[in-house]
Amino acid sequence: MAQHQDFKKPTFELSMLLYDTRYRSTSFQVIALIFFFSLVWWLVNNTMSNLAISGKDIDFSFLVHESNYDINQRLLEYDSRSSHGRAAVLGVLNTLVLSAIGCITATILGVFVGIARLSKNWIVARIMTVHIEIFRNVPLLLWILLIMSMVAHSFPVPKHFRGADPIATMKLFDSVALTNRGFYIPEPLFSNGFGDMGFFSNSFYISIDLIVILAIFIGSIWASGKIKARAKRIQEETGIRPTTWYLRLGVIFIPTILLLVYLGFYLGYPELKGFNFKGGIHLRNSLIALWIALSLYTSAFIAEIVRSGILAVSKGQTEAAGALGIKPNVIMALVILPQALKVIVPPLISNYLNLTKNSSLAIAVGYMDLTGTLMGITLNQTGRELETLLLGMSIYLTISLLISAVINWYNRRNDMVER
Amino acid sequence: MRNVSFVRSEMLAEQTPPLTSIGVIGWTRENLFNGWFNSILTIISLYIVYSFLSFLIPWVLTPTWKATSLNECREINTALTGHHSGACWGVITERWPQFIFGFYDRSILWRPILVFVLFLATIAPILFERVPRKLFLLGPVFPFLAVWLLWGGSIWSPIFSFLGLVLGYLVWRSLKERVNAVILLLSSIGVPIIWWMFLTEPASGLLAEMIPYEIQVLPSRDFGGLLLSLTIGLTAIFCSLPIGIFLALGRQSDLLIVKVLCVWFIEFIRGVPLITLLFVASTLLNIFMPPGTNFDIIMRVVIMVTLFSSAYMAEVVRGGLAGLDSGQYEAANALGFSYWKAQRLIIMPQALKISIPGIVSNFIGVLKDTTLVSVIGLFDPIGLTTVVLADMRWNGVYWELNVFVALCFFVFCFSMSRYSMYLERKLRKEN
Repeated sequence: MAQHQDFKKPTFELSMLLYDTRYRSTSFQVIALIFFFSLVWWLVNNTMSNLAISGKDIDFSFLVHESNYDINQRLLEYDSRSSHGRAAVLGVLNTLVLSAIGCITATILGVFVGIARLSKNWIVARIMTVHIEIFRNVPLLLWILLIMSMVAHSFPVPKHFRGADPIATMKLFDSVALTNRGFYIPEPLFSNGFGDMGFFSNSFYISIDLIVILAIFIGSIWASGKIKARAKRIQEETGIRPTTWYLRLGVIFIPTILLLVYLGFYLGYPELKGFNFKGGIHLRNSLIALWIALSLYTSAFIAEIVRSGILAVSKGQTEAAGALGIKPNVIMALVILPQALKVIVPPLISNYLNLTKNSSLAIAVGYMDLTGTLMGITLNQTGRELETLLLGMSIYLTISLLISAVINWYNRRNDMVER
Repeated sequence: MRNVSFVRSEMLAEQTPPLTSIGVIGWTRENLFNGWFNSILTIISLYIVYSFLSFLIPWVLTPTWKATSLNECREINTALTGHHSGACWGVITERWPQFIFGFYDRSILWRPILVFVLFLATIAPILFERVPRKLFLLGPVFPFLAVWLLWGGSIWSPIFSFLGLVLGYLVWRSLKERVNAVILLLSSIGVPIIWWMFLTEPASGLLAEMIPYEIQVLPSRDFGGLLLSLTIGLTAIFCSLPIGIFLALGRQSDLLIVKVLCVWFIEFIRGVPLITLLFVASTLLNIFMPPGTNFDIIMRVVIMVTLFSSAYMAEVVRGGLAGLDSGQYEAANALGFSYWKAQRLIIMPQALKISIPGIVSNFIGVLKDTTLVSVIGLFDPIGLTTVVLADMRWNGVYWELNVFVALCFFVFCFSMSRYSMYLERKLRKEN
C-alpha cells in the first residue's frame, strides 16, 4: 500500500497577502484606500494650517451679505444691495440661458453642415469641410474675442440712428436695432395679463402669463400625441392611416393662439430715447458674441458627429429598404435616421455638456455668468477663494452629472429597444 | 447562315465619349450641375464664396508690412483705396518675436529654439519609421535638458534629477527577476522619488558650490506667447497619456475601491470647466500644499491642465478598451499571461490603435485649451494681444493680432489632425 502522505493544511503566512490571489486584491485595495485617505488627510491638514496662518476660516455666510456690484443681464430682480447668493443664482441662470440658446443653434447649424458635407455637390461639400476645419482647429476663446470685436466695432452706435437722415436704420420693419451695444428686439407684452406670482416668500417672481401659456402649449402637444397614437392604432387594425396632420396642427396651435388673443398679446418695439434704445429686449453684445461663437464652434463638432452617424448606417440598409419598395424619403425617416440617431445622440449630448462648460469663457467678454459672478467678482470682493470655488465647481458638477444622467438613460432605453 | 440579312462580324471601334461627359465639362455637370436643385446650390455657394473673398482679399492684401503705427497704416490704405479699412500688418512685423517668445530675454533666444529642435528630434522616431531608432535615447534625457535650457540655473540640478531616473532604471534591472511585479513597480518608482525629494537638492547644491557652472536664470513671468502655450500644452499632452491609460485601467478594474476612486476622479474633472481648475491653480493650489511652499505658476497650471486632460484621455482609452473583442482578453488568459503582461503585449497595443483619433483630438483640445491661461493673467498669445493694444501706436488693431494668433494655432492643430489620419491609414494597412 502506497504511503499516504498527509497534506499539510496551509497556514496563513504574511507573504500570502501579496502572492495568493485570494488575498491579493483585498490587500491592494486596502493599500489604495490607506494611500487615498492619507492624501486627503495631508491636503486637508495643509489647508487647515494655511488657513490658520492667514487667519481665515471656512465660512459661507458671505452668501447672505450685500453684494455691492451690479449685474447687467438680469432674469430676476437684482440690484447692488442684493446678496452674493442671489448674484450667484443670477449667474447660474445666465449660464443656463446662454447654454440653452447655444445648444439649439449649434444643433441646427451642425446638422445642416454635417448633411451638407455629405452632399454630392462638390463645392458645397468643400465649403462645409473648410467651415469644420476652421472652427475645430482654432481655440474657442479666440473665436469669442474675434466675434466680440466684430460685434463691438462693426455695428453703428445708437446715436447714428437719430436725426431726419440717420446714418443707420432699424431692420425688419423698424422692429430690430443692431447696435454696437447689442441687439434690441421686440418683446412680447400682454395688455390683459395676469401679472406676476411670487415664489419662496416673494424672493423671485415669475409671470403667470408665461406659466399658463407653457401649460396650454405642453397640453396641446400631449393631445396631439394622443391623436397620433390613435391614428397608429387604426392603421394597425385596418391598414388605413387616417389623415390627421391638419387636426394635429390645429390642436397644437389654436388653443395657444386663442389664449394669446385673450391676454391681449402685442409686441413692444425698441425706441431710441436720448442716447440709447428703450423698450424691447436688449441682447447685450457679450451675449451675442458668445452665442455666435459657441454655436459656430460647437456646430463644427456636431457636424462631424452627424456625418459619422449617417455613414455608420451601412449602405445595405438603404438597398434592402429600396428592394422592399419603400419610397426614398420614407427610407430616410424610417430606416436610416432611427439607426443613425442611436449613434448620434450620445456624443451630441456630451457636446451640449461641453458647450455648457465652455460657456464659462464668458468671463473673457464680461458676460455675467456663474464664473463672472460667484467665481469672479464675489471671489475678489470677499477673498473667499475656497468657498466660492467649491460652490461654483459643485454647481457645474451638478449640471454635468444631470446631463450625463440623460445620456445614460438614453443609452439604456436604446439597449432595451435593440433586443 | 446566309438567310440572316446582316450580322456584324467584327467589333465596332470604341467611340470617344461625348464631350459633355468627360473632362472639365463632364466633371462640372456631374458634381456641380446635376439636377436643378444642385445647380441652385452651386450658384448660391459660388455667390457666398465670391462675396466672402471679395471682402477678404482686399483686406488682407494691403502693403502695410513696413508701417510703424496704426495711423501710418491708415494713411497707406487711404492713399491706396480711399478709405482706411484694410489690414495693418505692421504690427505683426514689429511684434511677431513677442508672440512667439513672450518676454524671453532676446539675447538668449537660442535656448528655446534649441529646445524646440531637440523636441522635434525626440518625437521624430515616434512619428516616423524611417528615422534612426537611436534617437529614442534622447527621450529620457530631453525633459531634464529642456527644463534646464528654458529656465536656466545650475547645471547640477538637471544632472542629479536625471540620475534619479537612472537609479530607478537600475533598481528595476536588478530586481526584475527576483520579486513580485508590484514590489518591482513600487520600488523602482519609490527609490527615485526618495532621491528627488531628499537627495537631489543638497547634492546638487554641494556640487554647484564646488564646481559652479550655471546659465542665466529666467523667471516664469518672462515666458509668453507660443513658447508658453507649447510648454504647457506639450507637457500636459505627454504626461496625460500614461496617467489616462492607468485611470482607464483603474476604471475597468475588478478592484472595487480602485474603480470607485478612478470613476470619482474622472467624473469630477470632466464635470467642471477647465477655467475653474485654472482658478484653483492660481488661487488655491498653494493652500493645499504644506505652509511655506510657493511653487511656480507655470508648474501649477501644467499640473491642472494635465489632470484635466488625463481624465478625458481616460475616457478615450476606455472607449478603445470597450471596443476590443472580448476574445482578446480570453486568449491572453488562456495563454497564461499575467495581467500586466497581457495589457502590455496584447490589450493596450490594440486598444490604443482603435483610440488614435480620439487621443489626437484630445491632444488638439489640450493645445487649444492652453489659451485659457490668459484669463488668469499669463501672457499666452491671447494675453499678449492686450499688451500690444496697450501700446499707443497700435491701439485699435484688433483683427490682425487675432488673425495671426488663430493662424498659428491652426497650423499646429491642423497638422496634428492630418498626422492622425495618416497614422490611422498606415495602421489599417498593416493588418
